[in-house]
Amino acid sequence: MNMSRRFFITLTGAAGIAWEHVLAGTPEISPNYKITDHWWAMLIDVDKCIGCGNCVRACAAENNVPEGFFRTWIERYQDDEHIQDPLVDSPNGGMNGFLPRAAGTGLTGNGVKEFFVPKLCNHCADSPCTQVCPVGATFTTPDGVVLIDEKYCLGCRYCVQACPYGCRYIHPEKNVAQKCTLCYHRITKGLTTACCEACPTGSRQLADLKNPNDPIHEFMKKHSVQVLKPQMATGAKVYYANLDGSVR
Amino acid sequence: MHLNFIYPNESELQWSILIVLYPFLTGLVAGAFILASLERVFQVAAVKPTYRLALLTALAFLLVAPLPLQLHLGHPERSLEMYLTPHRSSAMAMFGFVYLWYLMVVLLLEIWLDYRRDIVLLSRSSTGFLRVIYKIMTLGSDNISERSLHLDERVGWIITVIGIPSAFLLHGYVGFIFGSIKANPWWNSPLMPVVFIFSAMVSGIAAVMLLYMLLTKLRGFKIDIACVDTIAKYLFYIFIIDFSLEMLDLIHRIYEADESFRSLDFMVHTSLWIPHVIIQILLGTLVPIGILGATQVLPLAEHMRKKLYVIAGSLTMIGIFAMRWNVVIGGQLFSKSLLGYTTYTLHLGSREGLGTAIFLTILPLGILYVLVKLLPPWQHESLSLN
Repeated sequence: MNMSRRFFITLTGAAGIAWEHVLAGTPEISPNYKITDHWWAMLIDVDKCIGCGNCVRACAAENNVPEGFFRTWIERYQDDEHIQDPLVDSPNGGMNGFLPRAAGTGLTGNGVKEFFVPKLCNHCADSPCTQVCPVGATFTTPDGVVLIDEKYCLGCRYCVQACPYGCRYIHPEKNVAQKCTLCYHRITKGLTTACCEACPTGSRQLADLKNPNDPIHEFMKKHSVQVLKPQMATGAKVYYANLDGSVR
Repeated sequence: MHLNFIYPNESELQWSILIVLYPFLTGLVAGAFILASLERVFQVAAVKPTYRLALLTALAFLLVAPLPLQLHLGHPERSLEMYLTPHRSSAMAMFGFVYLWYLMVVLLLEIWLDYRRDIVLLSRSSTGFLRVIYKIMTLGSDNISERSLHLDERVGWIITVIGIPSAFLLHGYVGFIFGSIKANPWWNSPLMPVVFIFSAMVSGIAAVMLLYMLLTKLRGFKIDIACVDTIAKYLFYIFIIDFSLEMLDLIHRIYEADESFRSLDFMVHTSLWIPHVIIQILLGTLVPIGILGATQVLPLAEHMRKKLYVIAGSLTMIGIFAMRWNVVIGGQLFSKSLLGYTTYTLHLGSREGLGTAIFLTILPLGILYVLVKLLPPWQHESLSLN
């Protein structure tokens, strides 16, 4: 290969800039993805969730989630007319599904019902975690996803305290805050999230609120939806259909 | 009630004993400074013997105050980013600026102005390495004419006036860090900054009172009983305000009984019963208030009053530390689902363990020892111009 010195030096510089870009962890966005054309959310139909744990496993595999921590998890609720007193469990975040409750450990009576509630970061429009981060390492993207710059995070844990939903954790080796990214590396390439893809019943649906053709608009028109802890006024964007009043 | 569920990510407690230490140390700073300002601004002449000691105590504790935070960070090497690229909506991001303002503009300047005459004289009378140190401490300003000293006095007074709201800001801000977290019902209260300010004054005043009595005893001098009586009187008044505020918060929570009440009430009656009810409220508040109240109304002998002040002061320190513990650790013992609880295990030798906490509590006393040696705070030993 015939290469002049001038061309070699130019090539080295370009390679250096490209490498720095890779090292900086800049999200790889597909060329035709317009960041301002989207406003991401998620729709969860509680009635469709069967608690299989596929979503939790898919998330852990896709995002290298450390053992014992969860970017998404499933809670099993059991309640009756005393909705302030639900019986809740989430063994290993529901990763391996749920065994039937041992005899005598559950609620009894005619009004008892049982259901599963998948949880994840609510990608709040007015997120308290973004507000409290002392250096702005947690930020909201123009397309509505709350992300963390791991190369900037101090590991002060203030955001973990500020999240009302228990979605954040500190990575035990990296010592930085982590949480659900709504699979940003996937959705900006036109894919859905790992959890939505793995859900066998379609309980979880990625939604783009800025896309007029997104089925979420039709769904919301016809169904009653709710967000978790609405009293927190965080602008949560994970919408739940058929959510029971006992869910925290 | 089925109180046995926590969110899966809540199994790990986020803020350790080091974060308990942080408001405890800054509280001592703010309280000691307020005591110093009593003499300077409010002309309470009786507490003059403690004026300089209070300032040096505040400085010693202020120098150590950021260390527990620094040791707690997952990436301490990035902490400077808080100064370089602060996130303006974050209460925590303002810490650096409040801290620097208080250290550089208020405390160091006030101490320097108050000691400038002594430093200049010491730079002339000392020899060797000490002479160099004192020379540097003069910052090149060796004019100690009467006019110059008068100017020092005026400027010092203005700085103390600025320093009082600054001390309130320093510790009120620490309370705001907790009080503004709406996700945590144990913390979330607009009263939190006010309670923190008054508890800071209580702990700082008690600490300086104890230090003054201890150091005077160790040096073989007689304790100025009028001074200690006055400090105890102010401690008593401020303690009553502090306790009233805390009770107002408690009664409000009980009467309002919002969605978090059952969960928090259960916690107070179980895991927080000893640290909160027994140590903080009973031993650390009611008993010292009772003792201080008794010294105000009963005709007790001087030696008895001194003993009671030591007991009340020590219990106060324990009570205020317990208050910080119950806020920081207690606020993390329940799940944000309000359906369960977790526990805190205090390790001995880890980076955020008991050993580190003890070291960081003793360190300010070591710094204070050096400061007292370098800048003797005893007024009657003040250097003569001759």
